[in-house]
Amino acid sequence: MSVITLTINGELVSARSGQNLLEAIRDQGIKLPTLCYLDGLSTRGGCRLCLVDISGYPRLQTACTTTATEGMVVVTHNEKINRYRKMILELTFAERNHTCAVCVSNEHCELQTMAAELGMDHVRYDYLNPQLGIDISHEKYGVDHNRCILCLRCVRVCDEVEGAHTLDVRHRGINSRVITDLNRLWGESESCTECGKCVEVCPTGALFDKGMSVGEMKKKTNFLRRILDGREKNQWNR
Amino acid sequence: MNSADLQHLAEEEQQRQQQLNLRLFLCYSTPCLSAGADLVKVALDELIAGLDEKQRPDLDIVATGCMGPCSRGPLLRVVERNGSEKIFEKVTPESVREIIGSFLADRAPSVEPLPADFAFFSRQTLIALENNGWVDPEQIVHSIARGAYNSLAHVLHEMTSEQVCSEITRSGLRGRGGGGYPAGVKWELVRKAQAERKFVVANGDEGDPGAYMDRTIMESDPHRVLEGMAIAGYAVGAEQGYIYVRGEYPLAAARLAKAIKDAERHGLLGSRVLDSSFNFRVDLRVGAGAFVCGEETALMTSIMGRRGQPVPRPPYPAQSGLWGLPTLINNVETFASVAPIMRHGAEWFAGFGTEKSKGTKVFALCGEVVNSGLIEVQMGTSLRDIVFEIGGGLPDGGTFKAAQTGGPSGGCIPAQHLDTPVDYESLQALGSIMGSGGLIVMNETSCMPDVAKFFMDFCMDESCGKCVPCRVGTVEMYELLQRITNGSAMDEDLQTLEELCHVVQETSLCGLGMTAPNPVLNTLQYFRDEYLAHIRDNQCPAGVCRLDQIPLLKLPEHAEQLAIFKEEP
Repeated sequence: MSVITLTINGELVSARSGQNLLEAIRDQGIKLPTLCYLDGLSTRGGCRLCLVDISGYPRLQTACTTTATEGMVVVTHNEKINRYRKMILELTFAERNHTCAVCVSNEHCELQTMAAELGMDHVRYDYLNPQLGIDISHEKYGVDHNRCILCLRCVRVCDEVEGAHTLDVRHRGINSRVITDLNRLWGESESCTECGKCVEVCPTGALFDKGMSVGEMKKKTNFLRRILDGREKNQWNR
Repeated sequence: MNSADLQHLAEEEQQRQQQLNLRLFLCYSTPCLSAGADLVKVALDELIAGLDEKQRPDLDIVATGCMGPCSRGPLLRVVERNGSEKIFEKVTPESVREIIGSFLADRAPSVEPLPADFAFFSRQTLIALENNGWVDPEQIVHSIARGAYNSLAHVLHEMTSEQVCSEITRSGLRGRGGGGYPAGVKWELVRKAQAERKFVVANGDEGDPGAYMDRTIMESDPHRVLEGMAIAGYAVGAEQGYIYVRGEYPLAAARLAKAIKDAERHGLLGSRVLDSSFNFRVDLRVGAGAFVCGEETALMTSIMGRRGQPVPRPPYPAQSGLWGLPTLINNVETFASVAPIMRHGAEWFAGFGTEKSKGTKVFALCGEVVNSGLIEVQMGTSLRDIVFEIGGGLPDGGTFKAAQTGGPSGGCIPAQHLDTPVDYESLQALGSIMGSGGLIVMNETSCMPDVAKFFMDFCMDESCGKCVPCRVGTVEMYELLQRITNGSAMDEDLQTLEELCHVVQETSLCGLGMTAPNPVLNTLQYFRDEYLAHIRDNQCPAGVCRLDQIPLLKLPEHAEQLAIFKEEP
């Protein structure tokens, strides 16, 4: 594997050729916020938090959708980027009802952690306060659309890793909703394999195991790498 | 069919047409149809059927595409054997009997035709629209008689793909969809890309409010677009083309479908085009009603049968487009300009327009203007000429306030910049864009914050929902504009709005989000006092907004009289 050299925040660093820029930045111990990116899933570039400034590009680019190349000069944090990230996060909070105090994922939530890390102490925009439903028709899992940030990790893991493609999105813009099958109740879904991967990758309390109370829902996303690596190495074939 | 056959077919049809005593061209495009052109056609057919045997064969009724002055439709053009030509406006089944009767009896009609020096026509330069109003889009021989597929035959037999690309580069043709990216550079990139297969895509998903240039081109002269695509296919080495038409244009899709079939039957598309070794198939794709599918990456995901959402660029379509293969994607109007460039040469085309913007541009002129319709003018024509000469000024003595260009991605050009030449750079310098060609004229009764709110409502509704700044940002901007126009805004809201505009502009994923704040920023630049009048003086200078709300945090002046504030006795 060939090695490339690039400049991140003024320091010359090396990365694997063809490596995703976001991973290359994280390898340097730099904390780059993101909500939709997850190692093992396809990249989406939807949360817009991993925006970085790359010399030669007219606009800020999302690191997750960019491939690191030789000689790239990248700035990950500056006054403007930090301000934009905070504003984008505020917009995410304003979109739906993120009431941590009564959320199953309180204190184990990526969105909540992100807000604390980025120093977001208030939301300057109007809360849109939509009235969204909760689907607890499934035997094991539930979905609370009020907590969903449309990162679509669940949709991607269901399609790309589990291969079921039970979850998808309907409508567009602010009306986008994650749906099960062709908008049926989750409990009535025929394609769902009940694997629970979607619940584990969900960064907020939108997808949860039934029976969890406030603050009890802890998620682990590291299983994904283990599954994918195992598959690649044929670990489960006899 | 080979080139000689094509030539022969063209001459045969030309001769037939020359022998006719009277040729009647009835505009049969969407605007005229909605004004009753179909009823006129029925009356015409009845009239002809009632004529005696001797006169009938000397007549020809052609249901053509758009003639231009849509507000004056239905339009009828009468051409006599000696070449004299008259255009009648607002034709009705009654008036058409009088018109035809007078021509047959060789007397002057009591209905006045449009004057011969009508500025609407005389100030235009027709290149992309040159066949509009002269051919029946459903009759391939009509187009062939006017030279369709001649350029393709020439290119296939006389030129190499490098030569075609360099010809386009030298002509200075730029993307007509709004971005203005040099077409030659794009063609060259795709030509040089190494891949087993390549694609050519024509973007006919025009969605800007008030714009209908692409629809008209597809409806009026579909063979022109197909020829341009085939030339592009030859130049870049693609054998498959897709033409993406939005679902709201059923007539355009039907005419294109027929045109593709006819062209294939005549050996002008499909395998071994015009007896050369070049194969080129074109397939029609009809959109499902999303504005964002006009964005090139979203359009391509839609063609591939996926959810029509954009993907980040780079990689650009020229490197990795449809199914990861190099794809040339241009607007329908860009393709419509290709055949004339090949016929007359790059220098001829570069002779029109300004230094950086060559050729002509089609505009859909609408709003508060006397002659609304479709026009094609040289790049660099001043806005004043377009609005006051071609458009005939504002009706009912209205005063010009602003012209909106570029639809929801553009901005409003105020009266002090009326003399600006209309080209890519000048409009950009004014904070607007050329866009696809919508041009809406507004008079003093238009309220600028209200106009901005209208476009924001449009963007909010059409946002695909993939990225946060566009999905939520457009809603928040709309809410803030709503407050400004209903009287409940405060000074801080204006600041929040401006900050939000910049963040959405700079961080959105695709062109829709990046340009969604343009109407707001642009109207703030030129009409800031109007915004301030709404917020500070609670007044709408144009008298549009009701302003019947008050800021949430501010008590009304008569608060002490309200029941809820009175102490219980």
